[in-house]
Amino acid sequence: MSHYTSIWLEDFAEGQHATFGDYHFTREACLDYARKYDPQAFHLDDNAAAKTHFGKLSASGWHTASACMKLLARYHFSLRDAAQARGEPLPALGPSPGFENLKWYKPVYPGDIVTYGATITEARKMKSRPDWGLVMLTPYGVNQHGEKVFSYDSTVMFACKGNVGT
Amino acid sequence: MSGDLLHYEDFKVGDERTYGAFAMSRELIVEYAREWDPQPFHLDEELANASVLGGLCASGWQVCSIMNRLMVEGYASKAAGMGSFGIEQVKWIRPVYADDVLTLRYTVLEKRVSSKRPEMGIVRMCWQAVAGSGEVKTEMTGVNLFRVRAQTVDALA
Repeated sequence: MSHYTSIWLEDFAEGQHATFGDYHFTREACLDYARKYDPQAFHLDDNAAAKTHFGKLSASGWHTASACMKLLARYHFSLRDAAQARGEPLPALGPSPGFENLKWYKPVYPGDIVTYGATITEARKMKSRPDWGLVMLTPYGVNQHGEKVFSYDSTVMFACKGNVGT
Repeated sequence: MSGDLLHYEDFKVGDERTYGAFAMSRELIVEYAREWDPQPFHLDEELANASVLGGLCASGWQVCSIMNRLMVEGYASKAAGMGSFGIEQVKWIRPVYADDVLTLRYTVLEKRVSSKRPEMGIVRMCWQAVAGSGEVKTEMTGVNLFRVRAQTVDALA
């Protein structure tokens, strides 16, 4: 599988893959995320969590998703920084219209280290906006035991060559 | 013991409810973006104004997380919930800006009892993050799992 280093729509192709890196789910980070966005007892309290099907305190699923975004963004911005350092123009940044099939396969627990990456499933130009294209990718996370814990099917707008921006 | 918690039977197809109010702010948008989604249109006013999104706006993942919080505070913390396996679809329809106040509206789309686990009810829902103007900003579709009340009684008997 080829390792993608693409920042322009034309350079993406089905089957490309990238590993974004590791995220360490510290107990503090799990509690902090849950307090802000997912204040359920099984994400905040050891005793309450012990009585649920999780068995112990677990990270919010949205924390697992946000950590994926963090490492995905870090990876993509490192590619842009490298292009800039080579003196190349940078593509305009595109947003994402949404995603499908987000799955939390297994709970993520404090202390877990999740390795995130993604596989490109499709890249095509947009008919409605000739300067832009859509890249379909499946970001995922695998824990330190090699178990897949998370994935989703993402759609992101990428600029076509010549559509320069910041 | 679990009599006053919301169960599978309490959700009816077609039910529509609105919960909460979450006031977005520049600080909250930037705080989340710095940690989780450091793209210029979530961090920098000037670059955001020049971007396709038209102004500083929240990360879509932050909007989902806020919807989750409104779900928890609105009904999940009062329900005999059995978790979630995931989300079928999220549409980030319009950007959420710093002055938006979001409420959560859900509609029950369909429901059934799990054939493998008769104690578990599967309720398929559509959740929308709605701004004060009435505009739908984000739409999420997925299932909530709730305990079936009849089974709770059986289990206690």
